Amino acid sequence: MERIPILKMGEFLLITIQVDMHDRLALALQDDLTERIIQTGARGVLIDISSLDVVDSFTGRLLGNIAAMSRLLDAETVVVGMQPAVAMTLVELGLSLEGVRTALNVEKGMEALKSSLEPGTKESKNGRGREKG
Amino acid sequence: MAVVEKRDETLAISSSDDIVRVRQTARAWVVELGFSMISQTKLVTAASELARNMVEFGGGGTVRLEILSDSIHAGIRLTFEDHGPGIPDIELAMKDGYTTGHGLGLGLGGSRRLVNEFQIDSQVGRGTRVSIIRWK
Repeated sequence: MERIPILKMGEFLLITIQVDMHDRLALALQDDLTERIIQTGARGVLIDISSLDVVDSFTGRLLGNIAAMSRLLDAETVVVGMQPAVAMTLVELGLSLEGVRTALNVEKGMEALKSSLEPGTKESKNGRGREKG
Repeated sequence: MAVVEKRDETLAISSSDDIVRVRQTARAWVVELGFSMISQTKLVTAASELARNMVEFGGGGTVRLEILSDSIHAGIRLTFEDHGPGIPDIELAMKDGYTTGHGLGLGLGGSRRLVNEFQIDSQVGRGTRVSIIRWK
């Protein structure tokens, strides 16, 4: 079966969505991704949608679900590379992708993910990001 | 008065793969008509929403694509027709956030905002027809 590849880059996972997604592919991606997050202990997920020339409410919901699931598994999601026409259309459609972090490109997305990881917290899984002092 | 050009195609829609096909066909047509990128994206997104509605709620149906032209502009009309359960309260169904399925409830209201003309007719027990036009 056709699958969207998930690449591991350090402590992050990188997904480039290049095909026009149908439902089975979208569901398979959710399954594969959650599995990979657990397997690898990834701390962040970068989703590159620069090749997508349409993001409808189904794909929007998929991105939101992925971000929510990843968060529950202790990984941040950043969606990068949205085309301007797609952004304009999504807003008019009424979909603002709340809860999904975005960045302009892969490089900026990586920076956002890295800065969301506090130094020295890699080893401790408990209360990460909340420890102060 | 808009006239329909000879070009006219009807696609059967019953699955998620067909939704992809509607998007691709609609895209090819508006590219050929010379639509701007934003105009293409809006039309194709609306087509995707309405095709999905048909699959999820209407038990599938057909999409008819037509090229329209008058002396000033060219446009595309898409007509989505199903013989599903119909929509009892169209006004309610058009509202953002209203859904009977698993979606976000943006399909109808959202796609209306993405096109220039939007027409919906529905009869309970007989089906629904949605027709949209986007001018170049």
